[in-house]
Amino acid sequence: MNILALPFLFLAGSAIAIAEPSPARQKELVHLVRQDCGSCHGMTLQGGLGPALLPATLAGKPVEGLVATIIGGRPGTPMPPWHRFLAEDEAQWIVMKLMAGFPQ
Amino acid sequence: MKAIANTLLAGLLVILLGACGSVPLRGTGDLGLVIERASGHVTLVNTSTRSAYGRIGGLGDLSHASVVYSRDARYAFIFGRDGGLSKIDLLEGRIVKRVIQSGNAIGGSISQDGRIVVAQNYSPGGIKAFDSETLELLSEVPAEFEPGRYSKVVGLADVPGNKFAYALFDGGEIWISDFSDPKRPLTTRYPAGLQPYDGLITPDGRHYLAGLFGEDGIALIDLWQPEKGARKILENYGRGEEKLPVFKMPHLRGWSVAAGRAWLPAIGRHEVLVADASTWKETGRVAVKGQPVFVMASPDGRQIWVNFAFPDNGWVQVIDTLSGKIVQTLAPGRAVLHMEFTPRGEAVWLSARDDNRVVIYDTKTFAKLGSLAADAPSGIFFSSRAARIGF
Repeated sequence: MNILALPFLFLAGSAIAIAEPSPARQKELVHLVRQDCGSCHGMTLQGGLGPALLPATLAGKPVEGLVATIIGGRPGTPMPPWHRFLAEDEAQWIVMKLMAGFPQ
Repeated sequence: MKAIANTLLAGLLVILLGACGSVPLRGTGDLGLVIERASGHVTLVNTSTRSAYGRIGGLGDLSHASVVYSRDARYAFIFGRDGGLSKIDLLEGRIVKRVIQSGNAIGGSISQDGRIVVAQNYSPGGIKAFDSETLELLSEVPAEFEPGRYSKVVGLADVPGNKFAYALFDGGEIWISDFSDPKRPLTTRYPAGLQPYDGLITPDGRHYLAGLFGEDGIALIDLWQPEKGARKILENYGRGEEKLPVFKMPHLRGWSVAAGRAWLPAIGRHEVLVADASTWKETGRVAVKGQPVFVMASPDGRQIWVNFAFPDNGWVQVIDTLSGKIVQTLAPGRAVLHMEFTPRGEAVWLSARDDNRVVIYDTKTFAKLGSLAADAPSGIFFSSRAARIGF
């Protein structure tokens, strides 16, 4: 459990502990976000066709909403659903990391 | 006479000085560069020897970087995601000039006369024109499509007459800006459709096409008769069926026209759409392995090479334009992001990002000719782009 993640979970009104992905999977997720999410959001996550995904831009947004966007996409926008490639707790881990400052 | 002699002498001196440098006197027609997106480097390459001859760093965020060339094909202008615009000398292998021109950029183009380099920006949305010699800002056109609302700009392409065409993702319009007076551009607006995602100009400079993400179809303007406005072609190509998810936006450029037809990526369908390039009516479709990203004709127009969005980005397929059928399916490496043909198309270079390699294939035999190491390579840009309309 990531200590940093706890306050966000409580803030979001959800105290469910999420399973931390294995170190190998974390590496894959970081690569996926930087490289493939990065094709729209920018490799440095400062935005492109998609919005910036930096701690400052995500601050105050509900975690569940962000997780739902990753898993289910956003109809009417180019954001596709990623549920084929990400489990919900992995999406949650990504959101936590994005809000805290995403690893390189 | 003496003046002429002095000029000759001075010229000779320049040549001699040049010869003292690291690079012997040579042309640039077989040179190019590879973007290394993760580390802010470019690798300079030679397509005759199929090798790298230099590497330049310090170019900022190069994710989604694109490149245009000066008309003498010596200088590359690199547009970085972070708004950096860098001018590179291919011969001396160095940065000549670098400016940060916006917060978030997506690409650029160069004018017919080679004097104006224009960058297209996401934020603040709009285009900016620079003197290609000095990179001094000449003018800008903010993409304010409604009072106080600015659009991301996509699909910028140069139009004969020192004009530029581009599309407004959020504004749903195509704009054409005339830079005959580079400091006072004149802009005409055309309604295009929902969410244009990229655009292209046909190799003859006559038609501008903007692919639409928000609806099935492509907006088309006849630039010889722009007063007729934009019309839709390939409308309702999805036939109302549910779209497949698009994990990466396709990219359009003038390489989409070959053998009298336009070959275009469908959105949300694993198909290449084919339209007659004079009537613009659909003439066929080619089923492919995934969501097409680049649908790129070889210089002679005989082949179309297609790469794909995640998760099918390890594949590349080749369509024969005569039969309209796929003749080859290749697995060049992991995460194939881009392809570039050598000037006359005997070989194609492909970047395999996750293998950290650029792979070279023979376009006739499909044999692998070689490969080069590069750090997370993305775009490959050869100097032969210098002479093409719409680049």
